[in-house]
Amino acid sequence: MSVARPLPHDSAPLHVTGAARYIDDLPLPSNTLHLAFGISAVAHGEITALDLEAVRRADGVIAVLTADDLPFDNDVSPSIHDEPLLAVGTVHYLGQPIFLVVADTHLAARKAARLGKVSYKELPALLSIDDAMKADSRFEGGPVIWAKGDAAAAIAAAPHVIEGSLEMGGQEHFYLEGQAALALPAEGGVVVHSSTQHPTEIQHKVAEGIGLPMNAVRVEVRRMGGGFGGKESQGNALAVSCAIVARRFGRPAKMRYDRDDDMIITGKRHDFRIDYRAGTDAEGRILGVEFLQLARCGWTQDLSLPVADRAMLHADNAYNLEHIRIESHRLRTNTQSATAFRGFGGPQGMLGVERLMDHIAHRLGLDPLAVRRVNFYTDMANAAGGDACAKAKPAETTPYHMPVEDFILNGLVAKLEKTSDFEARKAAVATWNAINPILKRGIALTPVKFGISFTLTHLNQAGALVHVYQDGSIHLNHGGTEMGQGLFRKVAQVAASGFGVNEDRVQITATDTGKVPNTSATAASSGSDLNGMAVKAACDTIRDRMADFLAREHQTVPAKVHFENGQVFVGGEDMPFAEAAARCYQGRVSLSSTGFYATPKLNWDRMAGRGRAFYYFAYGAAVTEVVIDILTGENRILRADILHDAGQSLNPAIDIGQIEGGYVQGAGWLTTEELVWDDKGRLRTHAPSTYKIPACSDRPDIFNVALWDGRNREETIYRSKAVGEPPLMLGISALMALGNACAACGPDYPDLDAPATAERILAAVARARGKRA
Amino acid sequence: MNDIAFLLNGTPVQLSGESPTRTLLEWLRETRGLTGTKEGCNEGDCGACSVMVTDDSGTRALNSCILFLPQLHGKAVRTVEGISGPGGEMHPVQRAMVDLHGSQCGYCTPGFIVSMAVAHKNGARDHDDQLAGNLCRCTGYAPIIRAAEAAAKAPVPDWLGRDGGMAQDARAPYAPASSDELAAWYLAHPEATLIAGATDVGLWVTKELRGLPEVAFLHACKDLRRIEPAGGGLRVGAGVTIAALRAAVAERHPSLAELLRRFASEQVRGAATIGGNIANGSPIGDAPPALIAMGATLHLRRGDARRDMPLEDFFLDYRKQDRQKGEFVEAVTIPDDVPGLACYKLSKRFDQDISAVCGCFNLVLNGSKIESARIAFGGMAGTPKRAVAVEAALTGKEWCEATIETAIPGFARDFTPMSDMRASAEYRLRTAQNMLWRYFHAHSGTTISVLEVSP
Repeated sequence: MSVARPLPHDSAPLHVTGAARYIDDLPLPSNTLHLAFGISAVAHGEITALDLEAVRRADGVIAVLTADDLPFDNDVSPSIHDEPLLAVGTVHYLGQPIFLVVADTHLAARKAARLGKVSYKELPALLSIDDAMKADSRFEGGPVIWAKGDAAAAIAAAPHVIEGSLEMGGQEHFYLEGQAALALPAEGGVVVHSSTQHPTEIQHKVAEGIGLPMNAVRVEVRRMGGGFGGKESQGNALAVSCAIVARRFGRPAKMRYDRDDDMIITGKRHDFRIDYRAGTDAEGRILGVEFLQLARCGWTQDLSLPVADRAMLHADNAYNLEHIRIESHRLRTNTQSATAFRGFGGPQGMLGVERLMDHIAHRLGLDPLAVRRVNFYTDMANAAGGDACAKAKPAETTPYHMPVEDFILNGLVAKLEKTSDFEARKAAVATWNAINPILKRGIALTPVKFGISFTLTHLNQAGALVHVYQDGSIHLNHGGTEMGQGLFRKVAQVAASGFGVNEDRVQITATDTGKVPNTSATAASSGSDLNGMAVKAACDTIRDRMADFLAREHQTVPAKVHFENGQVFVGGEDMPFAEAAARCYQGRVSLSSTGFYATPKLNWDRMAGRGRAFYYFAYGAAVTEVVIDILTGENRILRADILHDAGQSLNPAIDIGQIEGGYVQGAGWLTTEELVWDDKGRLRTHAPSTYKIPACSDRPDIFNVALWDGRNREETIYRSKAVGEPPLMLGISALMALGNACAACGPDYPDLDAPATAERILAAVARARGKRA
Repeated sequence: MNDIAFLLNGTPVQLSGESPTRTLLEWLRETRGLTGTKEGCNEGDCGACSVMVTDDSGTRALNSCILFLPQLHGKAVRTVEGISGPGGEMHPVQRAMVDLHGSQCGYCTPGFIVSMAVAHKNGARDHDDQLAGNLCRCTGYAPIIRAAEAAAKAPVPDWLGRDGGMAQDARAPYAPASSDELAAWYLAHPEATLIAGATDVGLWVTKELRGLPEVAFLHACKDLRRIEPAGGGLRVGAGVTIAALRAAVAERHPSLAELLRRFASEQVRGAATIGGNIANGSPIGDAPPALIAMGATLHLRRGDARRDMPLEDFFLDYRKQDRQKGEFVEAVTIPDDVPGLACYKLSKRFDQDISAVCGCFNLVLNGSKIESARIAFGGMAGTPKRAVAVEAALTGKEWCEATIETAIPGFARDFTPMSDMRASAEYRLRTAQNMLWRYFHAHSGTTISVLEVSP
């Protein structure tokens, strides 16, 4: 069967030969127009004058549009209609689009965009979390508070109280392909090619922007050159601009951001500060805990509410916290509007409790893994694969009262401890640190429990469209988008398995709002769970029709018709699948079907913070070993060992690729990737020259990745589990290992913030030694 | 006259009337329709636009986004489309990348394929260094390295062997053919921009969107590319690339070579020149601090007039050099005998990053005494600069911890660094001081670099 085979990415031969096309590679009609934004030079201010004469006169410029020229809705927000495409009156961050240049080349548009003369009356800019808290600048009326038990009383009664605060930076997506869109005028509307994770949202915003119903807009996405959440809402501005211009001039319009513009204009991962206060017993068991989560959301709401919710939903990570209070502030600032990024707040929430575990262990002189272990949820007997040390008891519940029915981390961590030789290496690290005066090693093991489902429940649906042609070839379409994660390959394997044929029979086609409507973003790790099931439903429908017909023809029952190895077995006869398809066609059987799937069991009340927010959890754990230099703070990951739960994998090669890549991206977030804004709100790290994602040599020297041998206890597609986001959080082990190395330098808690740049590590070493940095 | 001729994927092309500052990337994608080569950053930092360039000095991967068309005259260029064979046969690195899952989103992949094919052709096995200039956001690099290793032993496909540099009779456009010609031309056109590797000037065009009304390319001045022994040193022509310099000093000055290993990336080292790194006057260029600590001599030329100076004297103030109109850097002479040299580079990321602090130490010990000390830093002032107070505090003293202690306050007298996105002033000063400690500890055999540690 095609499913479970480690097949290469479906586009790999095109990737390596340069034949895979992205938006910027599509052949263009010669009259195509090219667009660029003129952007704000201040973080907050009223526009007092706008002189665009020089822009209009610049070489190659066809037109310049401002908010006044927009024919319909001036909005590109994915949530509450608070994000004008072009600024109206006031600018709210440095980089906000003010005017749109329409020119005959990309370069001409870029050059002209710099010629605008904008006068501002500058207003006070709220740039930091503290600024926003002081000004009570926020989304929603006040903080969101979820509680279970009585945290304050439990802390008051606890033998030990540990408190602290952790700052964690945001993260630039740095998808290698920048934002891009192309709109072609069409009869009655437009066709839009967009590098987006959310074609339906593009369709929706474009329709609003050109004042037509959604049926006048068709959006097509073959692939993205990376998304990571950065193309869930951030492509709206480009697609809407292109559509408006295409309609206005009756000419194709293309827009792509130069890298610096991309980084200056678009949102990033939310940076957070998390304050924590916990009461524990002598073993480090948390008796009560309070988290204060402060999220810097930027200038518009975008997706910040569900991001901040998910941070709260992961405040427990793998730990059974009976008395807990989580208070979350969603702060509005004059910076880029922070947006979705792989993990969607989960990593930030999880980092809070992992840091707490580390801090408890340090304070009580305990082994950090021992502290984690006494706080773990209990493994469930029926959580497939994790039954080694499981008990049959009612499930414990999360801070939001959801039973944890599939916990496996006790068993998984025990296995990883063995395979990574954790205990012996911990001793070796201690020995090394005793001998070496300048270089110190650190090692840490951290777990991941990540909730799978959109927390906006209605998004947990998907559609598919499958055709079988009379020659037996299969045309596959579904609502998911391909951004490198191998979704199309996995879903094609599902389709091939559905018909018992080889996957080369299945033609993968571009995501298209004209084929499958009302799709959700390819996000929340849900791509293969949702679309795999929808495709399976479509395939099952067609296969059942074929089986019915062939059974009738052979005077048998449909249950005795089998589709295997490219053959169809019926009534003692077997025939190639193509012949079966041809016979069905001649028998006037419909060989086309849609498929639909809605995730069951979900029941979530976000206002109350109660219910089953997730269909299931995905699990994993990582051991990272690092070395630091106490003279400079320079540091390096030496080795990482990962054991990750992808359920019964649809494609182990693709899943391992997600895990390796996710780990390195997560470690990058917490080490070298530092976003720096100056006191004017100007992002100073807006290009790869200053913003440093991991390079080749930054991956661990030894990098062992294995899949947990288990299956999803829930009825997901072939019992697999989602794998897009969870591995990113395995990178938390790198930060904890660095903290562990810093702690080897002195008696005090090093209090290492993220990203742990060399500079922060040097400061943490000084703190460990009881000195100010 | 201004025609540019080169081989593109094995086929000769001849261009007329192109702007001399049009980039190869733009031409490939927009004029030629070869869209396999991608634009990732348009500044030479991501490698998505890498192309294979072969000339009489060998085969290199270069960033086509900051490579101007005239620089290609007489050379052979291969894009990802030309890495495959004429019949569509896959190159071994392409095959290995498919089989070993080296691509996910695929956007960086063409650049990786080119860098891998270049390394493969050159027999290079230092994959991390070969690929440091190619960023991938999806894979975490592990499968890419597996692919590079798997393909290493396969033979170089014959179609790549046909790229000997083209025989060129016609002169390169906008490019003086010798330093004499350059000297005369520059004297007559003192406002012109001289372009060697274009790894900095390229960004003036792609990022600052500047027009450069008058340019001259230096790559045709073969005499500027010479490296020759000269009076107890090595005279290195201004047109010598960082890659060539790295190879030339590998044995005699391993610490300098290691610093140059971390100088940008293969793609940049193969284009950037030592003359450019000095002449542009950046306070964070990596070569000047090392060469100053070594006691290098700079050779300037204006018309037929030449003058020499200690390299440190060239740097007057932030981006202000002791260079007259029409004068250019002709060469730099690096002394042979610098056994005490140690170069330390601090940056957020080890590879392909710009220094926050670059400290270079050259102490000569005589028995237990410090006979002389030359110490220079980048990133600590508006120019590359010597730590004269520290040098003074060390010279003639005992080589011991107490001496280091007394020298440390000298750093604050020598430098008032600034805070920026790379590091704070405090961190810069503290680590500059600590580098002296590092030098001290290294001398007694202590392991001092995380890069020396294996798991």
